[in-house]
Amino acid sequence: MPFDPLRSLSAMPLVNRLPTGPYYGILAEFATPADLYHACERVRDAGFTKWDAHTPFPVHGLEGAMGIRRSPLPWIVLGMGLTGAALGFGMQWWVHADAYPLVISGKPYLAWPAYIPITFELGVLFAALGAVFGMLGLNRLPMHYHPLFRSKVFERVTDDAFFISIESWDPRFDASATGKLLESLGARSVELLET
Amino acid sequence: MTSERDHVALRPEQATIPPGHSWNRLPVIGAVCALLGAVGCAILGPANPKQFFFSWLVSFMFFLSLAVGALFFVLIQYATQGGWGIVVRRIGETTFATIPVMAALFIPVLLGLHDLYEWSHAEAVASDALLQWKAPYLNVPFFLIRAALYFGCWSFIALLYYRHSRGQDATGDPAVSARLRRFAGPAIIVLALTQTFASVDWIMSLTPHWYSTMFGVYFFAGAFVGFIALLSVVAVAMRQAGLLDTVISPEHLHDIGKLLFAFMVFWTYIAFCQFFLIWYANLPEETIWYRARMEGSWMTVSLLLMAGHFVAPFFYLMGRTVKRKGATLAIGGAWLLAMHFVDLYWQIMPTLHPEGVRPSVLDVAAFLVVGGCFVTATGWLMRRQALVPLRDPRLEESLAFENV
Repeated sequence: MPFDPLRSLSAMPLVNRLPTGPYYGILAEFATPADLYHACERVRDAGFTKWDAHTPFPVHGLEGAMGIRRSPLPWIVLGMGLTGAALGFGMQWWVHADAYPLVISGKPYLAWPAYIPITFELGVLFAALGAVFGMLGLNRLPMHYHPLFRSKVFERVTDDAFFISIESWDPRFDASATGKLLESLGARSVELLET
Repeated sequence: MTSERDHVALRPEQATIPPGHSWNRLPVIGAVCALLGAVGCAILGPANPKQFFFSWLVSFMFFLSLAVGALFFVLIQYATQGGWGIVVRRIGETTFATIPVMAALFIPVLLGLHDLYEWSHAEAVASDALLQWKAPYLNVPFFLIRAALYFGCWSFIALLYYRHSRGQDATGDPAVSARLRRFAGPAIIVLALTQTFASVDWIMSLTPHWYSTMFGVYFFAGAFVGFIALLSVVAVAMRQAGLLDTVISPEHLHDIGKLLFAFMVFWTYIAFCQFFLIWYANLPEETIWYRARMEGSWMTVSLLLMAGHFVAPFFYLMGRTVKRKGATLAIGGAWLLAMHFVDLYWQIMPTLHPEGVRPSVLDVAAFLVVGGCFVTATGWLMRRQALVPLRDPRLEESLAFENV
């Protein structure tokens, strides 16, 4: 799914809100990974932004054919990691040098080398939590229901079928023209899905 | 079978230095540097032999560690049947093929044994209970036997891998790769043991009362970072010079950058753990080594290592774009290569100058000699060989490599 920061922010993971409209979008089925790959290139070049491809297994290079931009997840992980490390160091600094100053094994109150293991651990913990929950948030997960599940043919997405779904709130979406485009790209079936 | 073996992914002329190319002059440039350095050593050395031997040891350990790091890089690729790095493997092979040259450059260390190592003085040992206790290991004959053993093992492994890899360029026999793979596991064990003891003998025993059980892995971490840094600089320089510019892609640079980042963090982990445990336990016989490096101007070098060998490159090399662009990766590599030198300088020099950092012209002169010999040897080999293992069965895989 191409990342759209505004959509990610407006659709918080626990709310699960999908924009309203008469249609969710159009679902097109393709017979082979190659058909899907080339169709994705054409959909990308047609300027669509709110669409996705669905395959039973990873198709090599598909992210390039779809024109997916890089995820902002690394920045979330970096920010969380630095926050955790600062929190870990600051907590120990405050406890040992300010709140409860005790002499421990002849070390100064602010014995920074002793703080490094905890600083490191909290940095790693926060970075890992940032990676997991950041990923869930950006993917709008957990999502217990999705309009694509209305489609009968879509059940084969985990088996032997390859799909492109274009969402109706894409600025270039037009129920009949988009359907014709997908048909012209070699879709085996094209289906209009309700919200 | 014959047609399969005759298949070449890369034509030899795509992977050799063309006649008239500026890189053909590398052996001459190296020889000139070595000669200049030798003149400097000959003029300044006799007046200050102690300084000369310590300067020599720093430069010798620096280039030796690059060769040993290269040996590990190539062995681990064989052992894991790595595919991505075939296009840069010859750079590693060329680097470790200098090990016999390094053995010759070790001779000045032997000549300066008494200036370098306190434990080699009989009168010092006689008045020191701890040195007497360590004498069964730290004595001159056993030191020489061990040094011969290290260079024997390294030269054997290095020449075996270099010769067979070069031989495969001509025959295209895939069985060569399988044989070298089977040998790689035992060779890594031998390399790990010999480089551990070599670092103990040549660096740790400069302070013979002191010991650290992590010193071997600390040396390994520095050596491997050093070689990956060199690899990044050489790979980018080759692309800039129009050699292998269609062979080494940003995908390969990206992987070299990832290794550089990872092992720079590994070095930090080991360096800090070694310091942390000694600092925390606070036992006098262990803390003396760090005490010498936490006083006066040596503390400045310690802080420089913290900032320059970890903090700055950690944030610089973290991003993806930095690693995929030649110029930015080479800046990071050159910086870490310099920091690796500072690390070795910081390990060795405080024994000679406990009062503080005393840079010397002899540091530069010794570096020019050892470095000049290193450049001459590698430059000479690069003229005679293909810059890529042309007929390695995994070459095509490496050429098509992509990060996912």
